[in-house]
Amino acid sequence: MSDPKVEIITTRVSACLGTRLVSQIVDRGELTIVVRPEDILECAQILRDDEALAFSQLMDLSGIDYLSYGQADWQTQSATDSGFSRGVNRAQAQLPKDRPGRFAVVYHLLSLSFNFRIRMKAYLHDDPPRIDSVVGIWACADWYEREAFDLFGILFNSHPDLRRLLTDYGFIGHPFRKDFPLEGYVEVRYDLDKKRVVYQPVTIESRVLVPKVIREDNQFAAPRPVVESDA
Amino acid sequence: MRRHDQWLNPMPEIRNMTLNFGPQHPAAHGVLRLILEMDGEVIERADPHIGLLHRGTEKLAESKPFNQSIGYMDRLDYVSMMCNEHAYVLAIEKLLGVTPPVRAQYIRVMFDEITRVLNHLMWLGAHGLDIGAMTIFLYCFREREDLMDCYEAVSGTRMHATYYRPGGVYRDLPDQMPQYAASKWHSAAEVAKLNDGRQGSMLDFIDAFADRFPGCVDEYETLLTDNRIWKQRTVDIGIVSPERALQLGFTGPMLRGSGIEWDLRKKQPYEVYPKLDFDIPIGVNGDCYDRYLVRIEEMRQSARIIKQCVGWLRENPGPVILDDHKLTPPKREDMKGNMESLIHHFKLFTEGYCAPAGEVYTAVEHPKGEFGIYLVSDGANKPYRLKVRAAGFAHLAAINEMASGHMLADVVAIIGTMDVVFGEIDR
Repeated sequence: MSDPKVEIITTRVSACLGTRLVSQIVDRGELTIVVRPEDILECAQILRDDEALAFSQLMDLSGIDYLSYGQADWQTQSATDSGFSRGVNRAQAQLPKDRPGRFAVVYHLLSLSFNFRIRMKAYLHDDPPRIDSVVGIWACADWYEREAFDLFGILFNSHPDLRRLLTDYGFIGHPFRKDFPLEGYVEVRYDLDKKRVVYQPVTIESRVLVPKVIREDNQFAAPRPVVESDA
Repeated sequence: MRRHDQWLNPMPEIRNMTLNFGPQHPAAHGVLRLILEMDGEVIERADPHIGLLHRGTEKLAESKPFNQSIGYMDRLDYVSMMCNEHAYVLAIEKLLGVTPPVRAQYIRVMFDEITRVLNHLMWLGAHGLDIGAMTIFLYCFREREDLMDCYEAVSGTRMHATYYRPGGVYRDLPDQMPQYAASKWHSAAEVAKLNDGRQGSMLDFIDAFADRFPGCVDEYETLLTDNRIWKQRTVDIGIVSPERALQLGFTGPMLRGSGIEWDLRKKQPYEVYPKLDFDIPIGVNGDCYDRYLVRIEEMRQSARIIKQCVGWLRENPGPVILDDHKLTPPKREDMKGNMESLIHHFKLFTEGYCAPAGEVYTAVEHPKGEFGIYLVSDGANKPYRLKVRAAGFAHLAAINEMASGHMLADVVAIIGTMDVVFGEIDR
């Protein structure tokens, strides 16, 4: 909490949002607030219209899938004890117990008048994940929400036109979910007999070239982020 | 065959026409498929279908160590390669809590501005070509060639450089600018002429370019700025008010063209931008012509920044990458004789480094606007989630609002003024 500006904004945000604020973290100079998905419209409205905040721009909106968060492919500790193995642990990913929800929607807001950024997060509990659309507050949310719907399957209530955006016409599934394989399920090729492009199941097999490794003892390990309030 | 009731009803039914623009249209700038609903020649609604270039860069980045995705960043906005890398390496550096040496910061800023000039030249040439100015394209590509050579001299490739690394840049600037060799296409006399400006170091070459370039911009302006046809095609086309520009998430020249003074290089400075002297041009009317003027002036300002960087880099030799071999590779010669260096090299190029858990958002003033990287790490050697905030994405999303009510030919001017590149929009 060295930057006085961060402090001012932090107090102002907690004063404005009140009980709607679930938690607030300052990490690496960036302020992250967590709100409940049912409060998202009110919170967004306050953050945009409050005179001392004026987050007039929605810079980015993205989905996150926390399914395999913090899970390594290759347990270095046990590998050291029992002898190194090249095997990558392909166990079914499970949502960590302490996660508030599998999916989250992350909003990056920018206040031009106060030259400050904030990150607003909402964890989604429902299945399928569902949250209110903020298109009425920031018009540019339109495509960002379509993208999050396309890639993660997050539904945005009262979005004017929630169609797929980036994937192919007729695509099935949500490719950025952690349980969607990297190589996908179908591939296309040109069929000489049928004289058109056809879809078929993928013929390539994915290989893990570098296993995902988590090392707690690494030299870059950061100090724990400052948790402001936890309601 | 005519239907019978058509004879009963003499008034023909007037329907809006739906026009398919692209994805193979030369003015669609790559792979844009635009469904235009038209009333006569007037656009009623424009619905872009994007994603034809979607490669899943963000998902691919989740499957490999941090450093291996730098090359993917070049391929996002493939006309401003190093600026994309810059945002990504800044995100990693913020996650790790490291700062590169000052010389590396100057090199990065210099190449960011070279990239800005490259991007704006590409934009100007293509935009001119789209709306009927042929000559400008050839002029722009003449200067681009010199800058591409600078890319090649530092990184070995003309476009996809992978030059910026977490902790600095891959290598120092070369002492000798590479020269042409005589071949069956170029005689010795021609080659001598081509090599005329390449006798000194690379900094001499860039310095000469920065001196010469404002004159080149004058040439472009002679061709376009007061050109009657150019003005007819751009003035009062695609007007965006400052309020709408904010609502629509505009950044960069699109926002400044509408009269909002916002440039991350000034407002949220990164690297050595606070030490450099440059101005931010802004527009008044928010139309295509103002955005053209803004970008033209940005090229002049970039030349100023490049000049200042060259001056500093000449006087201050030093390291260009951190000496921390948990993060950066050791020298080749050390590796041959030193066990520890060999281990460092092996670990770095197989497993990579683990970033502490956390999330960061870094943004740079990319030639097209704000290019942001949202990076989430769970403590592993790979990113947990990487989200690229591409400037062109928000701009293209506004095409319905900007093009509605305009004529079909103006859609081309509007696509041009947005400076869309599908590598970054589709990701």
